[in-house]
Amino acid sequence: MITATLNSETDFNGWRQAARKLAGHAIEPGQIEWRTPESTPSLFSHDRTLVSIEQDPLQQAQITVPREFLRLACRVAHHRDHERFSRLYRLLMRLQLAPKLLKNQAASDVRWLFKCEKEIRRDVHKMHAFVRFRKLGEREDGREQYAAWFEPSHRILELGAPFFKNRFPNMDWAIATPDGTAVWDGAELRYLQAGDVRDVPDHDEIEEQWKTYYASIFNPARLKVSAMLSEMPKKYWKNLPEARLIPELITSATNRSNDMLDRAPGPANKLAGHLEKIRSRSDSNST
Amino acid sequence: MPRTTLTQKLAILADAAKYDASCASSGTSGRNSLGRDGLGSAGASGICHAYAPDGRCISLLKVLLTNFCIFDCRYCINRSSSNVQRARFKPDELIRLTLAFYKRNYIEGLFLSSGIIRSPNYTMEQMIEVARRLREQYRFRGYIHLKSIAEADPELIKQAGYYADRLSVNIELPTEKGLTQLAPEKSSQTIHQAMSDIRISIDDVKDQRKQTWQVKVPRPVRVRKPKFAPGGQSTQMIVGADGANDEAILSTSVKLYSDYRLRRVYYSAFSPIPDSSADLPPVKPPLIREHRLYQADWLYRFYGFETQDILSGGDQGMLDLDIDPKLAWALKHREWFPVDVNSADKETLLRVPGLGVRSVLKILQARRQSRLRLEDVQHLTVSIKKVMPFIVAVGWSPGSLTDHQKLRQQFAPPPEQQTLF
Repeated sequence: MITATLNSETDFNGWRQAARKLAGHAIEPGQIEWRTPESTPSLFSHDRTLVSIEQDPLQQAQITVPREFLRLACRVAHHRDHERFSRLYRLLMRLQLAPKLLKNQAASDVRWLFKCEKEIRRDVHKMHAFVRFRKLGEREDGREQYAAWFEPSHRILELGAPFFKNRFPNMDWAIATPDGTAVWDGAELRYLQAGDVRDVPDHDEIEEQWKTYYASIFNPARLKVSAMLSEMPKKYWKNLPEARLIPELITSATNRSNDMLDRAPGPANKLAGHLEKIRSRSDSNST
Repeated sequence: MPRTTLTQKLAILADAAKYDASCASSGTSGRNSLGRDGLGSAGASGICHAYAPDGRCISLLKVLLTNFCIFDCRYCINRSSSNVQRARFKPDELIRLTLAFYKRNYIEGLFLSSGIIRSPNYTMEQMIEVARRLREQYRFRGYIHLKSIAEADPELIKQAGYYADRLSVNIELPTEKGLTQLAPEKSSQTIHQAMSDIRISIDDVKDQRKQTWQVKVPRPVRVRKPKFAPGGQSTQMIVGADGANDEAILSTSVKLYSDYRLRRVYYSAFSPIPDSSADLPPVKPPLIREHRLYQADWLYRFYGFETQDILSGGDQGMLDLDIDPKLAWALKHREWFPVDVNSADKETLLRVPGLGVRSVLKILQARRQSRLRLEDVQHLTVSIKKVMPFIVAVGWSPGSLTDHQKLRQQFAPPPEQQTLF
């Protein structure tokens, strides 16, 4: 067995360098243990290190992959699948024999790669959707400062944060997650250690208006909870201020809807008749 | 009368806007604020920032500028004869609200519509003013959708397009007869004219922008005309308020797509409103019908189906409510099947029930690598059960399954299990 040690849970560059050497010496996937700070070391004995491989006098083979593989692998490194690095390596090896393998989504490793990438993409998308900033205050020069607490499913902070830099470059903001914190100060987007929900304010004065909007835009005659849940699963609710209204909106929906259906039409607003008169007068004036 | 607070206004004017189905924030020009003043970004794909318990996406702050209205459209919550509570945003209030929501990442932007007050021109000017100030004063680069008032001066609609990502004019009802009956102040001719004006402006500005680029001018001198409604044009049709059948609805859609190159036609099941008109009693919204119409719309736009193909799956100008329109078509055209997934062309594969556009593309790619068995196809589709009777793969032939008389019953839900969509 050979141990390849990576610097972090999402150390794609480390994996890439190690994988290039290992594949260059045709080391079988089963011969490598990929170790990250959080992984539990296996019980098997390790007779070789990466350094010993490098010193191997044999000529190292050139490793090539489709550009698409690099793009996908670099994203899938952020997945929480424990076997992500070993499966990526297995794919790397298979690609040496079958360069067009990625075109075949019926193959199980390829399917795994695309499935993970899709989950990453969805997670990043949900981060862009469900981060809720709360205002911390303003700097002396009037620049606004915001913070948010978010719990992504995968380790996607660095994939998701640049979006906010492009959208809100002129305010300071921080997004704290259990894996790390992204901080933007107008000059640099930095990634710091894991955050804590208590670092973020527990309310914002605009939230009442946002909740009013959320409740008012809902149409009780079209209640369809399953459609809501498939796009906004419950795991996100605790960090969404508007989600607190959901149970009550659901319970009252049927009654509200029936009220509208049962109520007999009342007398017309008198304004309408008045308007009718004005209109007919202006029509006859203009013709 | 006590003054309404901003929060009360918001409640009234959001409630008044919820019958407009669209909340799209996608398909516009890519842009961001990095290195510039202001805020906001937009691009090809929209973002749904929340979902209401009706399953609908909340992407934009969708409100009316005011729900006072001089028109009396029978289906509308804001018609002049309705006793609903009225309110009106000052442009300043709405601008501040939009920016405050945006900065907290609640929304992608603003979808502004309005009841008609004083005159169509006056109302349109007020709406444009909100959009203009967001763009020019606050350098807001988020998404703006303006519901254009068909009766307003074409010059105003032209102005609107330079501030908005998307413009829309509601066709409201599929037939002219329905419109005359239920929206006496509106005219289908005026609506079509407004859509045509928008299309012409979109096309003209696109051409002019292309030309500026092609003419060889030194780079610093190039001034490109601003974009005009880069997110295109859409409309909404109410389903179930008048007697129009699905054939009338789909034919109208097809005409709108081809004549005015609309990005989307939205179908909105006629839904009960708090104070309904005596002329149009409230009914349960025909949600399944609305869903089938959307599916039919997709078959037309992405699957190469003609309206007549789609309607042939149903009966007397109505789609089959129990099964999706592609399956309905396939069950009545069994001579097309089974289709060999290893040799059929793209157009034919798109006709197979259960195969979406993405699955078809995956199949076309995968079969270049190896001949596909049923298990392979299963990995490339969402549900193999629906596909099986209609395809041939290595080691799989549906035999008499394709002609099975009971195929329809197999896929149609038993009536008692049917739930509201």
